[in-house]
Amino acid sequence: MTANLRRRKLFSRLFEVLCALAVVIALIPLTMILFYVVKEGAGALNWDFFTKMPKPVGESGGGMANAIVGTLILISIAALFAVPVGGICGVHLAEYPSTKFSSVVRFAADVLNGVPSIVVGIFAYGLVVLPVKRFSALAGGVALGFLMIPIVVRTTEELLRLVPGGLREGALALGATRGRAVFGVIVPAALPGILTGILVALARVAGETAPLLFTALNNRFWSTNLTQPIASLTVQVYTYAQSPYDDWHRQAWAGAFLLVMMILALSIAARVAVRRLERMNRP
Amino acid sequence: MRRSSDDRKFRFGTGVFAALVLLIVIGIAVELTRQSTLSIAKFGLKFWTTSTWNPVSGDFGALPFIWGTLYSSILALLIATPIALGIAIFISELSPGRLRLPLAYLTDLLAAIPSIVYGLWGVFVLVPFVRKLEVVTPGALKTIPLFQGPPLGVGMLAAALILAVMVIPFTSSVAREILKNVPSAQREAAYALGATRWEAIKVAIGFGKSGIIGAVMLGFGRALGETIAVTMVIGNSPQVSASLFKPQYTMAAVIANEFTEAADELYLHALIEIGLLLFIITVGVNMISRLLIWSMKRRVAAPVITPIVPAEEALA
Repeated sequence: MTANLRRRKLFSRLFEVLCALAVVIALIPLTMILFYVVKEGAGALNWDFFTKMPKPVGESGGGMANAIVGTLILISIAALFAVPVGGICGVHLAEYPSTKFSSVVRFAADVLNGVPSIVVGIFAYGLVVLPVKRFSALAGGVALGFLMIPIVVRTTEELLRLVPGGLREGALALGATRGRAVFGVIVPAALPGILTGILVALARVAGETAPLLFTALNNRFWSTNLTQPIASLTVQVYTYAQSPYDDWHRQAWAGAFLLVMMILALSIAARVAVRRLERMNRP
Repeated sequence: MRRSSDDRKFRFGTGVFAALVLLIVIGIAVELTRQSTLSIAKFGLKFWTTSTWNPVSGDFGALPFIWGTLYSSILALLIATPIALGIAIFISELSPGRLRLPLAYLTDLLAAIPSIVYGLWGVFVLVPFVRKLEVVTPGALKTIPLFQGPPLGVGMLAAALILAVMVIPFTSSVAREILKNVPSAQREAAYALGATRWEAIKVAIGFGKSGIIGAVMLGFGRALGETIAVTMVIGNSPQVSASLFKPQYTMAAVIANEFTEAADELYLHALIEIGLLLFIITVGVNMISRLLIWSMKRRVAAPVITPIVPAEEALA
């Protein structure tokens, strides 16, 4: 082996080690974050956390019942319009994948996905809060819905494309119209995957804080009124994290733990669903 | 005939929903411009080049926020890019097959963790760590502007570090996808010429260059718009400084902190104008990034579409 080759091989080896090192470096913050969330959060999570209201400043104990319900209400509003809009848009993109219109819409969905969530929050503020001059659960839900749409669009499109072509051909051969074939055969085949995709999108927007700060605002009290400000897990964690009270810090960690667990569970479910669809595709 | 009219209806009906997505993007641009007219009219371009931020006297200049956003994002990019590309290369080129999926899943998990959780971790774990780092920084180093400032913990360094971690999964997953799309003939050709592993990978990277630049820009776009985690650790003090240790402020953070406090209309319009600029920058960065990634994928897809058999033969 010439000296030159030895040098090249050594360099190659060094490069491989550096790449492996990059993986290790990225896994350090991940394990640290998960470790702290579990260590600080799991201990603080108790029955009161789910069932009690926040206590006034200075009193310890209490929970985040209103914030948990608030988050559920907010993501329900979001899903109510983001799922039909995003889903049907995804159907269109999957059915007419290479028209100019589809390319433009796909591009717009990708761009919308990259728009900072705080900017989407301002949009919802202008659309819902400003005309009636009041922060509301509705405004927060609208903001989250806009953030959810591009995710639903792309997952629906991708999953529909995984459905074997034979199913479509079979339906069309039996005389079904395009709409019948899509909504009667193709969409149902991909439905488990699409549903978990939607759940993942919901988990993603449930973790959003920035767009809620000036749409849904926050609320220390129990409220299910859509036209009033409402509490949410994320904004509550944000407020508590910046407070000087140890008890509130503990509750903030508990809230973070709840959010992370929810997202972990849903993303595992999504993996399973996608893998099942892929298996269906194999001959 | 009825069939084709039904199909047309289906196409139009679903197309309306698709158009809504387009409408939202346009709507954001229109609404943000409409809501910032007061400050655009009053300050003009001066808004972007001056540093006064005084809600009481009604004087607004956004320079420190623009500086903070760009500086923190570029620092984050400098830290994140080599790591993200290293991960992408390891997973797609070097890792044993069994490790590939779990590693991809774990790094993607970094993207799924909510920003508020990063922020919480930042405040209680990262910031104290950075503070320690700042305290033990030798005095000689502190004469360099980069390391000047009080050892607060909160500040530019903490923000850049947390942004870097948040950006890594985005860049690495797109870069991974790009490398997967590079035809294996490229690598095989390199090996056939006697290339080492690194040299073959270099060929693959060269082939996917535009896509990989797109992946890096996608990460940049994420960093520019990240709000909550940065707001919690950057210290929120508007100043144009090259120091890593000093607290600074970003565009997204000032919107998050002051939006509900904006009592008069001019103040609100000034904040929304910052949002408008943030929108324009991120959309620009994202568009370039997507176009680069697409152009790369199209280049790969092209040979697949062209038939291997010459057309005449296929017809025969």
